[in-house]
Amino acid sequence: MEQTVNNPAQASSAYNFAYLDEQTKRMIRRALLKAVAIPGYQVPFAGREMPMPYGWGTGGVQVTAAVIGPDDTLKVIDQGADDTTNAVSIRQFFAKTANVATTEKTAKASIIQTRHRIPEKELREDQILVYQVPIPEPLRFLEPRETETRKMHALEEYGLMHVKLYEDISRHGHIATTYAYPVMVNDRYVMDPSPTPKFDNPKMDMMAALQLFGAGREKRIYALPPYTKVKSLDFEDHPFEVQSWKDECGMCGATDSYLDEVILDDKGNRMFVCSDTDYCSERQDAGHRGPQHHDQPLGTSHSNGKAAE
Amino acid sequence: MSEMLHAKKVAKGFTLHTQGSVTIPVFEGVEFRLNAGECIALTGESGSGKSTFMRMLYANYTCSSGSISVLHDGDWLDITTASPHAILDMRKRTMGYVSQFLRVIPRVPTLEIVAEPLIALGTARETAMEKARDLLTRLRIPERLWQLSPLTFSGGEQQRVNIARGFIADYPIMLLDEPTASLDTQNRATVLALIEEAKARGAAIAGIFHDHETRDAVCTGSFDVTSFKVGAND
Amino acid sequence: MTRSNEPLLRVSDLTMMYGDRVGCRNVSFELRPGEVLGIVGESGSGKSTLLRSISAQQEPTKGTVEYHTRIDGIRDVYQMSEAQRRLLMRTDWAFVHQNARDGLRMNVSAGANIGERLMAVGDRHYGNIRNAAENWLGKVEIATERLDDLPSTFSGGMQQRLQIARNLVTSPRLVFMDEPTGGLDVSVQARLLDLLRGLVHDLNLAVIIVTHDLAVARLLSHRLMVMQRGEVIESGLTDQVLDDPQHAYTQLLVSSILQN
Repeated sequence: MEQTVNNPAQASSAYNFAYLDEQTKRMIRRALLKAVAIPGYQVPFAGREMPMPYGWGTGGVQVTAAVIGPDDTLKVIDQGADDTTNAVSIRQFFAKTANVATTEKTAKASIIQTRHRIPEKELREDQILVYQVPIPEPLRFLEPRETETRKMHALEEYGLMHVKLYEDISRHGHIATTYAYPVMVNDRYVMDPSPTPKFDNPKMDMMAALQLFGAGREKRIYALPPYTKVKSLDFEDHPFEVQSWKDECGMCGATDSYLDEVILDDKGNRMFVCSDTDYCSERQDAGHRGPQHHDQPLGTSHSNGKAAE
Repeated sequence: MSEMLHAKKVAKGFTLHTQGSVTIPVFEGVEFRLNAGECIALTGESGSGKSTFMRMLYANYTCSSGSISVLHDGDWLDITTASPHAILDMRKRTMGYVSQFLRVIPRVPTLEIVAEPLIALGTARETAMEKARDLLTRLRIPERLWQLSPLTFSGGEQQRVNIARGFIADYPIMLLDEPTASLDTQNRATVLALIEEAKARGAAIAGIFHDHETRDAVCTGSFDVTSFKVGAND
Repeated sequence: MTRSNEPLLRVSDLTMMYGDRVGCRNVSFELRPGEVLGIVGESGSGKSTLLRSISAQQEPTKGTVEYHTRIDGIRDVYQMSEAQRRLLMRTDWAFVHQNARDGLRMNVSAGANIGERLMAVGDRHYGNIRNAAENWLGKVEIATERLDDLPSTFSGGMQQRLQIARNLVTSPRLVFMDEPTGGLDVSVQARLLDLLRGLVHDLNLAVIIVTHDLAVARLLSHRLMVMQRGEVIESGLTDQVLDDPQHAYTQLLVSSILQN
């Protein structure tokens, strides 16, 4: 598998670098600076129409376009996988419009745009993680009025967030929210970590890499500067916990990664595999084997299934 | 004997704005005095304004002019000018009133209604309940009714609940509006005993009694409201 | 229960104008702890406007509303920061709306409705919050099995009682009620009145209750203010105002409504 791909000569001069015009990129960068300055605070920005539909990562793409440079190496993942339609098209988009190098290797990337996952491999200070966000407002579940939610953020009125968690426990006996699990950022703003599984929440806490969040439809940007305190909300008697699996990854045998369930046939046979395809294949390359491996190097196309949300 | 209440130069009239603003004068120049330990019967024929005067003493009706002063907490309180708070406090701690009608919230048990004034005075709940049970027993309200709302009771029973409620606290001043009106002989005797007990502890009582027997039995004096009717002395 | 002489709330010269139209004009009064003030008058007389202005929901054109806060003593509520005011409104104050749907979150359970205020002031122990909710459900006479049910499955009377529980869980000292028994069946009304009176007494609540129902006003309030065309035309002891009304409008109100 090729690890770094340069896409030479395909950058079309018909487009400005990374598609967006410079004024727009500046506008987005200003929003990003503000977002970094106030961790967890949602900064409105004048989101542009992108050549892809809302819900396909237009927010993340605009953020990436604003921060990417010619020397960057881009990795794009969707549910942890590099080879899903969404990830492939966004990667190709930047390869074409910015002529940047792309990679599937977490360690090699300087910018990682993601939908629904944080890579298993620990990120570094010289990396930026860009999240695609559908609904940036964590309070929206219970408070439909934007004027009111803004006021609640301004005044730190976050009791409502716990109302949601209370409902979870009263209905399911435990906090059943498994993704988009609300976090308190820097002891000040409650933030929606985008629909990543709560398994990834602890990775956000004190992460070395800069984390940027872009919501295209809602036109909001927010950010976590490196080494920001991120705490998942919980109750004293129902503390925050991440998912765990009885099984190991069928391919690489990992027990510490986020696993997707894959249905193998109509007889109910199934297996669990790492949702982070790069992590899985790296482990397999290093000789790790799971029970369903059969020593066959498996393609990475098994991860299209939804995470156990 | 120490004075507990006095009315000076009291006048009362009703202006009926809904009926062409006609003014109906009732009293003028009323002078009234009530001492501790006495029971004064308010007299006058039907319609002469006995109940109206009693309501004025309770500050349920306002006075058009003059003053009504009540010894409350060692000080004289003019209830014609006092604040609502002061009047409510006076009613809570100094003046009891047994009206002819029971006005209560539906659903509240009889025992609670009777004990309430004592509890409001800060008496321990169980002590108040005990006294309420005693009074209801004396007034022959069957125990099976105590947990029911008195709104379902007969007129006589309601009247006795009203009396129990009025007599549960040892008010220094008591106003009784026909307390024995619909009672049988036995219960009337009980009420008379209660009045005697109140007198004995030094309560100042003003009452309206519909029959001579009762009046003669407990009253130490009488006060004829008719003589202050507007036009009475013309 | 002793009633403090120190006013809890002082409203001075309150005027609310909508352009040239008078919402309410020159209203002044004081309210003490444990005292229930009824505001009566027909529709459009300015009762609700007055209530909104007093309860910090609508800044008046003129006049002040001062409240004796637990921590900072007497404060003009419209001079407070918005954060302080909102904190006051969800801790030491309570609002019971005529329509329970305006005062409840219909998409979360009864327990969450009651627990919300506790969580809003920082309570983070699920078990404690749930116990408090259960306790309050009992106090307002709703079966505790209904704790996890949505309010939309409750009857109108139950919704109203749930709204009361949701409000009182933080032990507020001042409660605003806007026609709390409006729209309920008579038998349901009686139960609610009984419950309210008990709570007012047991918790020593100060209450401002807006109602057009004089019977409700008589049973609940110590004092009455009668409003007409935005002005208080008569006020005083409840039984005095209702039994010996002085103002023409009050007489009309009493004679047209009170038939028992």
